[in-house]
Amino acid sequence: MLQVVCIKQVPDTETRVKVAGDGRTLDPTGVTWVMNPFDEFAVEGALQVKEKAGAGEVVVISLGGAGVQTTLRNSLAMGADRAIHLKNDTAAPDSLAVAKALAAAIRELNPQLVWLGKSASDDDAAQVGPMLSELLGLPCVTVAASFALEGTVAKVEREIEGGREQIEVPLPAVITCDKGLNQPRYPSLKGIMAAKKKTIEERAIDLGAAHVELVALELPPARAAGRIVGEGAAAVPELVRALREDAKVI
Amino acid sequence: MARATRTDFYDFDSLLTEEEIAIRDAVGDWVDERFLPLVEKAYDDAYFPTEVIPELAEMGLFGATLPEKYGCAGVGPVAYGLTMQELERGDSGLRSFASVQGALCMYPIFEYGSEEQRTKWLPRMAKGEVIGCFGLTEPDFGSDPGGMITRAKKVDGGYVLNGAKMWITNGTVADLAIVWAKLFDEAKGRESIAGFLVEKGTKGYSAPEQKRKHSLRASVTSELVLQDVFVPEGNRLPEGNGLKAPLGCLTQARFGIAFGVVGAAMACFESSVAYSKNRVMFGKPIGGFQLVQAELAKMHTEIIKAQLLALQCGRMKERGVCKPEHVSMAKRNNCEIALEIARRARDIHGANGITSEYPIMRHMNNLESVKTYEGTHNIHTLVLGENITGIAAYRG
Repeated sequence: MLQVVCIKQVPDTETRVKVAGDGRTLDPTGVTWVMNPFDEFAVEGALQVKEKAGAGEVVVISLGGAGVQTTLRNSLAMGADRAIHLKNDTAAPDSLAVAKALAAAIRELNPQLVWLGKSASDDDAAQVGPMLSELLGLPCVTVAASFALEGTVAKVEREIEGGREQIEVPLPAVITCDKGLNQPRYPSLKGIMAAKKKTIEERAIDLGAAHVELVALELPPARAAGRIVGEGAAAVPELVRALREDAKVI
Repeated sequence: MARATRTDFYDFDSLLTEEEIAIRDAVGDWVDERFLPLVEKAYDDAYFPTEVIPELAEMGLFGATLPEKYGCAGVGPVAYGLTMQELERGDSGLRSFASVQGALCMYPIFEYGSEEQRTKWLPRMAKGEVIGCFGLTEPDFGSDPGGMITRAKKVDGGYVLNGAKMWITNGTVADLAIVWAKLFDEAKGRESIAGFLVEKGTKGYSAPEQKRKHSLRASVTSELVLQDVFVPEGNRLPEGNGLKAPLGCLTQARFGIAFGVVGAAMACFESSVAYSKNRVMFGKPIGGFQLVQAELAKMHTEIIKAQLLALQCGRMKERGVCKPEHVSMAKRNNCEIALEIARRARDIHGANGITSEYPIMRHMNNLESVKTYEGTHNIHTLVLGENITGIAAYRG
């Protein structure tokens, strides 16, 4: 059984991002790039299915500049079999363009399962998974919290308000993964050495005209300094007044 | 995935291969996410958190340099060194666990053992199913192991061992002890050191834990007691003859220490940088004072130098030109600077430096041991002295 995992490379969540001079993209200097944390659950999910079946192939796909190969290599080190790199340097391509490019590459692979993170930690759009499933004409379960395969039916659970929703979906299907779906493995030393010999197939792609234009990117305003309203019990009335009238939090 | 800030002021990474960087970062992530949350309690309560053993094995951290056919990862010395660095950034006790399992137990079985011994033990040790320990040091023989009193006597079908070992990491938890003992060598007509595999549960063999340590508290340290212990012929290391055999293992382990202590120093340095930028005294962060900046500058410089020394030692190892005295220089220097950095870091952290809220005093106390074990600082000084002058100071 062939499975595909779509991976996005994002700035490390601990990176202090800066907006570039154009006011529309991130300044890449000093940014550490990592696999989107939700995609780690997707890779692990696919690897577990393959290991349980004792056979199959896991193909990872990522779209982006030359740098994404480090992240693809990392997923190969975790245990994926081969990678496809859709080469494109567009700084922040829109979700539909990405979904179309992925769909074109995935269609010819004819996978039984397509895995993605539920969203990317950088833009948090959560659109590519559902769009991709639509383009591929496959059912999609988003934000999967648990996953079990029984024959050709996937049993998926989703966290919903006050409970869990249980869904059964026939394969082939698209699954987007929530945190907690599994415990993503660390690449082993052997896995890292083996990844060196696995192939990353490069394909230059054209995304076509953008459907959405990113107009501006701004950092949240810096937090203003605090104010000391006084000391001891005497300060309490002023503190209460400030919290109620100025901050409007009580 | 959280990732610790790496100390890479001198573009050290440009000297590494992609795989070496990937290996270091994978182990580093594991240490940050899985080990650091456990270590303070383990250190306080003086135990090794055994739950990490399967995870260490899964990542391939036991005997990482040994060949794949024995279930090992087969990585090069620099990649191995970087794993030691990351483990010791967690705790010297964690690095010691992996050092002992790999360099001191799996390595001698690989290097001095029979093919049968290799296939019997190495795959299970790589999986962490069999834990090993290394018994060379004795209560009265540390720097002078050649004076050991533990004896092996040839008997029908094997050997009988008598004696005692001390300061043995993992002794109490080990399933297999590599014990070095003096045996009368018929060919040489005198006693010579030989290596034996003593299995847990063998009659007359016990390994009581040494308690009340103020250092390496998240690591098990033991005595090994051998009273008329019978070891079958098949459990003698056929090629492990003479003092050079155990010393060969120690050269492996010391190489790992030269890298490892850089990790402990990095942890102290990174904590010091963060602390000195946040701690405000006299109206500004203490990092703004010249005395603190001077300390940070010295710490940083020594870490960069130590990294490069360890790395070159590894590159020489790859080419097969690294001699024990090269390892002595790296072990001696890097332990000394790491301990000094930990002490300076304690100073920068003020009173907070003595608490378990910061890793400083734990690393500092650990490094006191690391400076002494695997060849004391002074002995390595004399190894270097002998190399320079051609005159051995520690021989009559």
